[in-house]
Amino acid sequence: MPPETSALQMILTADPTLWAIVRLSLIVSLSAVVLAALIGIPLGAFVALTRFRGREGFIVLLNALMGLPPVVVGLAVYLLLSRAGPLGPLGLLFTPAAMVVAQTVLVTPIIAALSRQTIEDLWTEYRDELTAMDVGPFARVATLIWDGRFSLVVALLAGFGRAAAEVGAIIIVGGNIDGFTRTMTTAIALETSKGDLPLAIGLGVVLIGIVIIINALAWMLRRAGERMAG
Amino acid sequence: MRAQPADLPIQFESVTVSAGAVNILDGLSLVIGAGAPTMVIGPNGAGKTTLLRVAMGLIAPSRGVVTWDGVAAVPPARRAIVFQRPAMLRRSAADNIRYALNAAGIPRGRHDARIGELLALVGLDAFGTRPARRLSGGEQQRLALARALARDPSVLFLDEPTASLDPAATKAVEDIVRAVAARGIKVVMATHDLGEARRLAGDVVVLHRGRVVENSPADEFFRSPRTAEARTFLAGDLLL
Repeated sequence: MPPETSALQMILTADPTLWAIVRLSLIVSLSAVVLAALIGIPLGAFVALTRFRGREGFIVLLNALMGLPPVVVGLAVYLLLSRAGPLGPLGLLFTPAAMVVAQTVLVTPIIAALSRQTIEDLWTEYRDELTAMDVGPFARVATLIWDGRFSLVVALLAGFGRAAAEVGAIIIVGGNIDGFTRTMTTAIALETSKGDLPLAIGLGVVLIGIVIIINALAWMLRRAGERMAG
Repeated sequence: MRAQPADLPIQFESVTVSAGAVNILDGLSLVIGAGAPTMVIGPNGAGKTTLLRVAMGLIAPSRGVVTWDGVAAVPPARRAIVFQRPAMLRRSAADNIRYALNAAGIPRGRHDARIGELLALVGLDAFGTRPARRLSGGEQQRLALARALARDPSVLFLDEPTASLDPAATKAVEDIVRAVAARGIKVVMATHDLGEARRLAGDVVVLHRGRVVENSPADEFFRSPRTAEARTFLAGDLLL
C-alpha cells in the first residue's frame, strides 16, 4: 500500500497513536498560546501606552524577538530546566510542561509585538476621545483591548501558527519521548528519518488541517464581530 | 441636562501654547461667559482648535492660565467636546453613549432611559443598535454630540463639527446645537464658516495668529466689525 493511502487510512480509522500525538500537540501549543497571551497582550498594551527611556529600543528588540530561532530557545530553556540549571529542582525537563515553557517563550514576543502595534494604532485614534471623557488608565487599557479584540485574534493566530509548526525547541526540552512528549512536528521529523512515511504524512495532513480550521474559525469570528461592532 | 452657570466664565489669562519656535496661541486673553453660543472664527491655523483643547484641559498652556469661575482646576464632569472628526468606538451607537455614561459615573440603572433620550435628541432613535462606525459622517457627528451630552456638561465645545458635512447634515447638527443651547448649556464652537457663525452665534471671537483680534456680540460684529482683520475675514478676503 502506498504511504499516502496508509496515512489516509490512519486518519479515517482514528489510529490511536496518531490521535494521541495530535491531542498532546494541541494541548501543548494551545497552553503556550494562552500563557503567551496572558503575558504578551498586557506587555504590548504597556509598551503601547507608556513612554519610558529606551522604549524605541525595546520595541525594536520585541520585533526582533518574533524571529527567535526555536533551537536557541530550546537550548536556553534546556539550560534553565536541566538538573544543574536554576529551575532544575522543578523536574520539568523532558515533560510536556517544559515544551509549554519553550513554546511560550517563542510565542510571547509575537503576541506582544503584534498587540503593541494594534493597541498603539487604536490609541492614536481614541486618545482624544478617551482623554476628553476622563477615562482612567485601567479603563483605557480594557477599552483598547476590547475594541481591538478582532485584530488581537490575528496576533493569537500568528502565535498559534508559530507554536504548532515549530520543532526545534520542543524536541530539545521534550525529548520526543514516545507516548509522553511526542508531538506532531517531532513525530514527523522522527518518522521521516526512520522511513515510516504513512504516520509522518498522516500527521502532516492533520497538522495542516488543524491550522486551516483554526484560521477559518478565527476569520469567521472576526468577520461576524466586525459586522456587529463595526 | 441642566446648566451649571456657576462654572462660567471661562477666563484665558495671557495663554501661550508653543510648538517649538511657533506660538499657536500667543498670549491670548479672553473671557467666555454664559449665554448664547460663542462662535470662534478665523482662518486655518489661527488657533481655534488649540483654544478649545486648552479650555478642555487636553493641552496644557506653555504660559498663562485658564480658570473656570475663577478656579484653575476644572472638575471633569463640567465640560465636553466634539471633535471635527470624532472617533467612534467599535460598538453600537447606543453602546457608545453607554460608554460615556459609564465614564461619567452615571448609575447603570439610568443608562437605558438616558440613552433613549439622547438618541432622540440627535434624531438617531432608530439607529441605536447599528455599529457606530457604519453610520454616515453626519450621523456619526450627531452621535458624537449625544455622547458628549451624556456627561451632562455645562459647557460644550464643538470643533468645526460641520466641516465635512453636506447641507442637510449641517442643518441637523445646527438644529441640535440650538436645542442644546436652549437648554442652558453654554456652546463654544469653532468654525471657519461665516454663514454658520451668523446662524448660531450669540457672540463672536475672531482669532488670528493665536490672538483674539475681535470679541463682540454677533449682531454688532456682522454689522460693523471693529478691526481690519475682522473686516478682511468678513469680506471673504484672504487673511494672511
